Amino acid sequence: MENVIRGKVFVLGDNIDTDQIIPAEYLSYNPADADERRYFGKYALIGVPPTQSGLPDGNIPFVVGDEFASEFTVVIAGKNFGCGSSREHAPLALAEAGVSVVVAQSYARIFYRNSVNGGYLVPFETPNRLVEKFTTGDEIEIDTAAAVLKNLRTSEQFDLSPLGDVGPIIAAGGVFDYAKQEGML
Amino acid sequence: MVMTITEKILAGHAGKNKVSPGENVWVHVDVLMSNDVIAPQMIGIFEEHFGPDAAVWDTDKVVMIPDHYIFTADPKAHRNIDIMREFVARKGIRHYYDADFIPPGFEGMPQPYSDPTKTPYMGVCHVTLPQKGHTRPGELLLGTDSHTCTHGAFGQFASGIGSTDGAFVMGTGKLWLKVPPTLKFIFNGEMPPYLMAKDLILHIIGHIGHDGATYMAMEITGPTVMSLNMDERMTICNMAIEAGGKNGIIPADEVTLEYVRSRTDKPFETVDADADAEYAGVYEWDASKIEPTVACPHSPGNGATAREKSDVKIDRSYIGSCTGGKTTDFIAAATVLAGKTVKVDTYIVPATTEVDADMDRCKVGGKTLREIFSAAGCKIGPASCAACLGGPVDTFGRANEPITVVSTTNRNFPGRMGHKEARIYLASPLTAAASALTGYITDPREYIR
Repeated sequence: MENVIRGKVFVLGDNIDTDQIIPAEYLSYNPADADERRYFGKYALIGVPPTQSGLPDGNIPFVVGDEFASEFTVVIAGKNFGCGSSREHAPLALAEAGVSVVVAQSYARIFYRNSVNGGYLVPFETPNRLVEKFTTGDEIEIDTAAAVLKNLRTSEQFDLSPLGDVGPIIAAGGVFDYAKQEGML
Repeated sequence: MVMTITEKILAGHAGKNKVSPGENVWVHVDVLMSNDVIAPQMIGIFEEHFGPDAAVWDTDKVVMIPDHYIFTADPKAHRNIDIMREFVARKGIRHYYDADFIPPGFEGMPQPYSDPTKTPYMGVCHVTLPQKGHTRPGELLLGTDSHTCTHGAFGQFASGIGSTDGAFVMGTGKLWLKVPPTLKFIFNGEMPPYLMAKDLILHIIGHIGHDGATYMAMEITGPTVMSLNMDERMTICNMAIEAGGKNGIIPADEVTLEYVRSRTDKPFETVDADADAEYAGVYEWDASKIEPTVACPHSPGNGATAREKSDVKIDRSYIGSCTGGKTTDFIAAATVLAGKTVKVDTYIVPATTEVDADMDRCKVGGKTLREIFSAAGCKIGPASCAACLGGPVDTFGRANEPITVVSTTNRNFPGRMGHKEARIYLASPLTAAASALTGYITDPREYIR
């Protein structure tokens, strides 16, 4: 994990479930195949209803046209992000599209675990709702050690919740690397 | 040392006398399950980290079940079954329920099994596991599918995990878990004939919300719940995840033991909560006061009574899936549909081949379930997850248009059954069947006295 993460934000609402992140019809692609894995980036967030895609205005595609990655590398969302299925294709799809951080008010348990244990992205929690504080396309900066998020457009700063117990797993790069580091594997 | 059932099972599997909510523990796993849409990714991660020649930790504790994308012409779906089949053979995994009618390299739309009693194929993993004796009280079961919480119905700890966690377990037999606080839900009173387990769980989720139990264990009990058979108890625990729960759990009793002992000879020990165990919250309801309940688009927490939604016109009724496609679900639907004709397209999808065979074995009013459904004009498909999760566009019953569906499945997020603008109302098999007869969401009390 980088000490400072910069990027452009993509803003979403509450209850973004795994079918919105990567619809079930694309699950027949095999992520273990490098060629097929790219398609998860291409179809990331394609299930979000258009009016909810890229708030506050909506109707902003996360991935444009024939691209396989997004110009947005940080997702800001509301409550219960990643609810629904256990598909690890969800954090994988966001990561393949270029996302390195999600900042949400709360997460569904399995999405959170998958993000951490698979080492796909850093799932920061925010004690305060930030969805209305950002506009899709805003440039931001996150100091990961201090857990502070700054909106470079408005210069507003927000404290994020510390990563806590999962910090060492994220720092190691996932559960396999963590277990090796701890001498368990 | 007072603990809830969930805490006791986690403590036992972590080699500790006591665990407390919030604590992270490494647990030993009794059973790991995976299916055709997740296994290829899990196998890839397993081979990346342990090497292509590594053995799985216990060939008797891994269960592989093709069920999600079976009856489709999608070549990648067939390829994924081949990956699973090849891995199972190479590693000597002992529990595999092969879709034998899709031979290696098969192209096109497969013909279903011709006789459900003569195929190794079972169908939906969460109904297969108990039917084949893999769910036992007191044990710890993990599966790479969010509805793995279903198996808490057998008094065990069961939870859904991702592919990385699955690969880790497959190599080591262990995983870290955070001990969840437990919410307790108690239903009192006799179960009214117009209610089903689905109404109870939709009532809970409607009450606490779609994230009301996030990271928590949901212990569901009380005389009403303990009067239900295993099919119905599974319906309740299946949807713990729809309130964000880590697991749902119902204490094991004689009903549980009778079911489990008829399916397996393996030893197990039941675990009960201590009388003075601490709960993060306790909810108590009188079942006689609950009405037939639906979840409106686009969240399982968007609860309403069927009566309140009686002006909603539907295009389709769908009865199937791990939560709504069991034998008990079809007997209930048949009691409503017997001797009548449906007004809208009505899809019947048995969860497993055993349920499919039960449609010829079980009778209502002297007719088999299959005869009743055929006479009513329903479309009956082969056992699989089918349109519950949308799937490939040629999936049986998939909502390919922005239609309104009443469904006995477990999720109604945008796009879940196919089209992003399809409107899915979750309901019990009784309500889904009654609605099929009128073309509107219908309280089954109109047909059941």
